[in-house]
Order: sequence, then C-alpha cells, then structure tokens
Amino acid sequence: MTGLTSDPPSGAELVERALSASRADGCVVLVEQSSSANLRWAGNTLTTNGVTQGRAVTVVSVVGASVGVRSATTVDDLPALVRASETAAREAEPAEDAGPLVEGPADGGFTDPAAQTSASVFSRVAAELGDRFRAAGSDGLGLYGYASHELSTTWLGSSTGLRRRHVQPNGYLELTGKSRPGASGGGSTWVGQHTRDWSDLSVTALDAEVRRRLAWGARQVELPAGRYETLLPPSAVADLMGYAYWTAAGRDAAEGRTVFSRPGGGTRVGDQLGPAGLRLSSDPYDPPLATRPFSVASASSSMTSVFDNGLPLGATDWLVDGRLTALVQTRASARETGSPVTPYVDNLTLDGGGTATTDEMVAATGRGLLLTCLWYIREVDPETLLLTGLTRDGVYLVEDGEVVGAVNNFRWNESPVALLGRLAEVGRTSRCLPREWSDDFTRARMPTLRVPDFNMSSVSQAS
Amino acid sequence: MRAVEPELLALPLREAAAAGLQAARDAGASHADVRVERLRGQDLTLRNARLERLSDAVTTGLAVRVVVDGTWGFASSPDVTVAEAVRLARQAVEVARTSRPLNAEPVELADEPVHDDVTWVSAYEVDPFAVDPADKVALLADWSSRLLASPDVDHVDAGLQQVLEGKFYADTAGTTTTQQRVRLQPRLTATRVAPDGGFETMRTNAPPVGRGWEYLTGDTWDWAGELARMPEQLAEKSRAPSVEPGRYDLVIDPTNLWLTIHESIGHATELDRALGYEAAYAGTSFATLDQLGSLRYGSALMQVTGDRTTPHGLSTTGYDDEGVQTQSWDIVRDGVLVGYQLDRRMARQNAEVLGTARSNGCAFADSPAHVPVQRMANVSLQPAPDGPSTDELISGVDRGIYIVGDKSWSIDMQRYNFQFTGQRFYEIRDGRLVGQLRDVAYQATTTDFWASLEAVGGPQSYLLGGALNCGKAQPGQVAAVSHGCPTSLFRGVSVLNTAQEQTR
Repeated sequence: MTGLTSDPPSGAELVERALSASRADGCVVLVEQSSSANLRWAGNTLTTNGVTQGRAVTVVSVVGASVGVRSATTVDDLPALVRASETAAREAEPAEDAGPLVEGPADGGFTDPAAQTSASVFSRVAAELGDRFRAAGSDGLGLYGYASHELSTTWLGSSTGLRRRHVQPNGYLELTGKSRPGASGGGSTWVGQHTRDWSDLSVTALDAEVRRRLAWGARQVELPAGRYETLLPPSAVADLMGYAYWTAAGRDAAEGRTVFSRPGGGTRVGDQLGPAGLRLSSDPYDPPLATRPFSVASASSSMTSVFDNGLPLGATDWLVDGRLTALVQTRASARETGSPVTPYVDNLTLDGGGTATTDEMVAATGRGLLLTCLWYIREVDPETLLLTGLTRDGVYLVEDGEVVGAVNNFRWNESPVALLGRLAEVGRTSRCLPREWSDDFTRARMPTLRVPDFNMSSVSQAS
Repeated sequence: MRAVEPELLALPLREAAAAGLQAARDAGASHADVRVERLRGQDLTLRNARLERLSDAVTTGLAVRVVVDGTWGFASSPDVTVAEAVRLARQAVEVARTSRPLNAEPVELADEPVHDDVTWVSAYEVDPFAVDPADKVALLADWSSRLLASPDVDHVDAGLQQVLEGKFYADTAGTTTTQQRVRLQPRLTATRVAPDGGFETMRTNAPPVGRGWEYLTGDTWDWAGELARMPEQLAEKSRAPSVEPGRYDLVIDPTNLWLTIHESIGHATELDRALGYEAAYAGTSFATLDQLGSLRYGSALMQVTGDRTTPHGLSTTGYDDEGVQTQSWDIVRDGVLVGYQLDRRMARQNAEVLGTARSNGCAFADSPAHVPVQRMANVSLQPAPDGPSTDELISGVDRGIYIVGDKSWSIDMQRYNFQFTGQRFYEIRDGRLVGQLRDVAYQATTTDFWASLEAVGGPQSYLLGGALNCGKAQPGQVAAVSHGCPTSLFRGVSVLNTAQEQTR
C-alpha cells in the first residue's frame, strides 16, 4: 500500500485476485474486514476509546493432500502471499484432515463492500451514559464498564467456485456499579447485554437494575464455604455451558481424553447427562443470535478443519431430552469416528421448557444464594471437566422468597457436565451476555438454573 | 542478525509519523503519538508427531493516539501510508471531541526525557522466522516420537508459538523509537489413557522466553533430559495415591511459583487496577494506593522487583509504548509494598502519593489496533544471596509437598483468593521425597500465603518463568511477561483434593 492514495481493494476483489494467482491443486481465500468502535469508562468518567479498521487475508493452498496456510493484513503483495502458502503446502506432509474442498454456488451480494460502523453508533448510549455518570456521582455510586460494536465482513472464495459473504454484527455493553467509587470496599454488581444494532439497549434500564442490586447489598451477610442451594443466572450458565461446548471435540473424546470419552473406548454420545426436556443446541439462523452459516477456519484443530472452509452450517442439537446427541465433528473427524458431520456453530442455547423468571425462582426459594455472574473460570481436571472460578459482583442471600442481603464472594469448584445431572429446576430461557467469555462468545440464550448443592469451596474477600 | 527487519523499515515510518503528528496538532491535539507495528506470528501444532497446523500471519498497522482538551482519542487501520496517518489523526481528534462530554478527569501525561531516534533489539541469536518450517516440524516430530516410544504415552500434543514484534513510535514531544523483540514457546504434552477409562497428562516445564530458535537447539533448557524423564513421571503420576486434603508445608519450584507471583503480586501491583480502571473487567486490587509504604504484603524475606530490562525477559524492551525508557524498581521490599507499575498518565495524576512524577515505562499495546495500557513488567521474587538449594529446602520439611510445573490457575477480582494446581506433586516425609501424589490444588489468600513464606531459595534454583497469554483491558489485549524466582518454602498452606471437590 506504500504511497497508494486510492482506497484499498474490496474483500471480493482480493479473493478473486488471490484465486487467479493460485497455481495449487486447490485454493481457499478468506478475507475478514472488521470495523469497530468502543468506549470504556471507570469511576463515572471515560477512560479509553477508539475506532478501528481491521483486515486479514488468509490463503489456504492444497497440493495433493498437503495444505499450506498464510495470513497477512497487508494486501500490497497478494501474489507473494499465495506463493508462500503454496510453498508451505509443497513442503508439508499430507494433512490428516485432507479432503475435497467444499463446493457450492456464489452468494448474491458477494461483491458488496465491507460493512462499516463508527463512533456515532454510540450517540444515544453516550448521552444516556453521561446522564447516568452524573446521577451516580451525586448519589455517591461508581459506574464502570465498556461498550463495543463491531461489524465484521467475511468473504470466502475457493477454486471450486464457492463464493460466500457474511456480515456479523456484534455489540455489547457491560455496566458494573459500586456502592462507592474506587478499587475496593462496598458492594459491587454487574449487568451486561448483547445487541446487534443498539436499538434494543437502554443504559437507563441497565442502570436501574444495577441500582436495584446495589440496594440488596445494604445488608451484608458473612457466610462460610460449603454447599448451597444456588440460583445460577443465565450469564453464569452461559459461561459454564460455553466451556463444555469448547471441550466437545468428537475426535478428542474418541481418543479417550475428555469428559465426553466413554471409559474403555468410544464417546458418551447417547448418555443421559441432564433431565428430560433439556435441550442444548446451536442454530446459525436463530434471528437474535444469528451467526455465520458456513465454516471458516484459518487453521486446523480438533474442532476445525481448513478443508471444511465454506461448509454450510445448520441447526444442531447437542443435548436432546437431557441425552448427549452429538459432539463437534469436522468432516475428517466424522469420517474417522463414523459420526454425522456436526461442525461448530458460534452460538449456544440451553432450554428446558421452563417458564419461571429469575425473580419467580427467587420467590420460590426457601433459603439459597442468587449469583450475578462467574469469573476466572479455569479447568482443574479435564477428566471430569472440573472447573474452578469465583463468584463476582454480587452474591445475594435469599430467604423465604426474598433477597435479604449481599453475601461475601466464594471460590467454587464444579463441573458443568456433572451439574446437568443435579438440577433441581430449569427456569425460562432468555438471551444473556456470558460475563467471562464475552471477548469471544456473546451469542447465548440460557435459563436460570437451580442447583441444590453448588460447591462453594472457600471464601473470597473480594468485594 | 539482531537488526530490525527491513520490512518494517521499508514502511514510510517517519513520513507517516510526521504527517500524522502535524495533522493531530493542526486539529487541536495537545499531545499525539503515532505507532506503526509489524507483527509476525507463526504457530505450529503437531498431534502424535504429525503436523496439525502451521499458521503464519503478518499483522501490519498504524495507530494514532491524541489528547484533545484533556480527553483521549484513538484510531487505527491496517494501511501504513502518509494519507492514512493524516486521516487517522483527524479521526482520533474527532473521537476525542465526541467523547469529551463523558470525561471528568483531564488527561495529563508525566514529562519524560525525549529519546531522539533510538533503536533497540532484543537479545536472541537465531531469528525463528529465518528457520525453515520443515526443520521445526522435524524437530517437534522427533521430540514427540521420543515420548510416543514409551508404552505409557498414548498421545502427544506438541506446539511452538513464535512472535517477532517490530514497532516504531513517534510523539509530539520529539521521541522516536524503533524496536524489535523476539519470543517463543515450545511445549509438549503427553497423555496416558488408562485401559479401563480415565487419563492423565504431563507437560514440559520449559518456560516461554525472549530468545530465538537457539532455545530449542542449545543448552539453555535440557530438552533431552526433560523428554526422557516425562514418560516415567507420567506413569508414576497415573499410579500415585490421591492426596489427603489438609494443611501442608509447600516447597514450590520456580516452574510453579512464577504463576503464583504473576497472579498474586504482578497483577495486584498494577496501578490501574489499584485505582479501579479495570473494575469492570480484569478486576481491581487489594493493594490500594493509600497503603503504599505500609501494606504488609508478606514475610520480611520477600524482595520483589519490577523490571523491563532483564535479558530474555518477555516484558523486556528498550522503550515502552509511550516512549519511556524502561527500568528496574522495587515493588515489595522486606515484605512491604513500596512500588507500582505505572504509565505516564497515572504517574502524573498520582505523583504526590507515588513520590515521583515519572512513569516507570509499563505502557504496552499488543497490536496496532489497540490503545496502550499499563501492562505487566517482569515481576520477580529475588533469591536470597546465600539461600538454600531445593534439596536443602525439602530437607527442612517433615510433612509437605514439593510442587513442580504450572497447570490450572484462578484468582479473584481483587487478587485475594487463589487456587493453583501443577504438573507434579511429590510427597515430602521427614525431609525426603517419597513419591508423587495426585489431585493436588493449593488455595490461599494472597497476604496469608506470602506471610507463610519461611525460606527463599538461593540463586542456584532461580529460573525466569512466564507466559505469552496474559489478558487485560477491553478490547482484550494479550501480553507476554516473565517472572523470576527461586524455589521457596511456605508453611501450612491449605491443600485440596480436586477429585473430592468434584464428588460428594
């Protein structure tokens, strides 16, 4: 681009240029162009902000059964990028996941330009935030948080004639409230919401929920470690189920090295993991959670294959009636394990047919804990998928159907897979923002779960 | 070797910077900086000695950051041209003006000496990007095969991450820096699947380092020895008895302790956390600014430094992403909190309490698309000059556990409560190792844990550990950082049995 003053070529044009430069047996070109804007605030004032353009061009060259992949953000020497991926393919041994490239038609609108956002997407949100900052300041509260909006355009073209284009909108806002500004002390709570276009998001409404929760903290209750009846709200459930989903590679399970492996050989597909009526699924065409309806992979792993680039995705059930029905399978792992092809889809819904809202579940609780969200979730034992983590930003004590105070935080140790077998109640499923994983995972719909004996392993002094 | 890559120097660095800085000034910026980056990354993974992925990516970009009327503005793009620098400067100013109504605390930056056109390159011998990928695959396949040759190993996952970070920076004060850093991390994990179900893993403990390809071929790390021992260690771990939960004296190897330092000291002494800037994401810190000079962090044996200057350290660089020359300073002295990790804005804003108005050079952005934030220095526990060896520490324990290698880690949002596991846990009885244990996790509160530090090892066990994947900020940024420490002894730490945590 050095010295060039005209606009860079469009994504579709880059795909065609790279494909026409290819001399490999097969070639897939991926172009991803992102446009994003963000605002970040702490202690009732802005901290950082930015608007960003991003681009990545990935060339997958296939020579025989070998594959070479190269990526770059610059587009001034596309033929060199193509040559480099071909050289890599020629030098590589045959790929274990080698297979025919995906064929298919060309999407209408393939040559449309990249979608663009700008800082102005936050105009209304910023005005509301400014108002809430002033209100928080005069009420002695502190607001902290982040708003992000991104439009990411993907073009995928292959030597087999496939041409796909997709625009992924992704936005979310997180609002943390503290009963007094600063690093420590006092109560803290959190709300977060995913949005595609900001029309459905009200900072004023989120702030009202923050204030409702901070008011619950007027009474502080110290409780020891132990097993408690616990209401896990949708955000917490999403963080746990997301982890289980990312561990659900069919190949790893077949090799005996995940929680989904059957002792002695094979996988646990067919096992009853949760209660009847419980369904875990993904669907790229689910409107509020809509996501790219074809596979994209710039590298192979147990969850993905570069040979599957462009593979159409559809609605997939992972659990039906509480029974494990599928693991994540690429075409290669499906061949190897004799399973249906069930690729990864980038959204997740857990639904048990429940109708109770979280507030209604609170009202039906004799004594238990209501959580806000989970944090710092890490794998302790892959064999059981035992995870550890913390409660964060609000643990509330419920007695006789009412929240009666805020409790100290806890470190917990639990397995999301084992939890499914111990559910006392599944509430109404609703859209939510997974707190821990929202950098990469924002499209989720989960119920509040009542767990009779959630393992709070020790007390955390964090407040 | 050890010269800045020509591909970075071939970009119109100075022309774009001059145009961008001028455009920012013309649009009303009181401060502006321009950053151009060219990042090379190459990742290889092998599964059972066969190549699974070899991804190779180059990220190039241009960023302009401005202060306008006391408010930040930032804009970036992948296109490094003079015209783009001007466009981004104007866009950053516009972002600042749009954000101004939300800003209640005017941005002022610590004054720092001007560094006029300086170049810095990290210490390495062989640029990993100059090595034929086929040679890398061959070496990792050979190492994998050595492990697979054992009947106790069913699967081997091997990986090699490599980064070459080229960075150019210029600001309106006149500082101009050009820098290049190299880092890499080779890692192998062996898995044993029991015939009747269940599995166990063992991973290499070789840390990621700021070195080149010579790390894999030279004698900095005993690869041959580690790989030769792993199958038997894995087999022993698979047969080992499950730990009885309770309080134990822990002798913690640097391959494990570095991560505990990272989480419980490194993050807790980042001033942006202590001030609450990360309250909504990465978290805050119990080590608040009002306790500087008085907080009893732990035992008086604790001497903890921060630095961005240690050779081969992952956070080591010549100048930070605000043009500040890097340095070394005390964070905990004789067990008391005495220092924080700073950037220019926080240093200026808190000069009175800090007792200095100078930054210590901890600003870092992980890509041209991201704004610099305060990121971690190499935070290290200094060895006792005549301190004991690992064997001597073990010999002083009646009932304890010697912990080697890091694995699972988690700490709360204020850096109090943590839980760590490891690769290997050796039971200590009457001053001797008697064999491995399984299912061990240690849990503590930061200040209790460091108060239980009874002996700090000597220089003979000192090792620079570290991570490539430390996360912070929104949008999320990843930074690499090293932590040095010797083997050390902690008395009466709570140990859980992770299998019992799962079942009831």
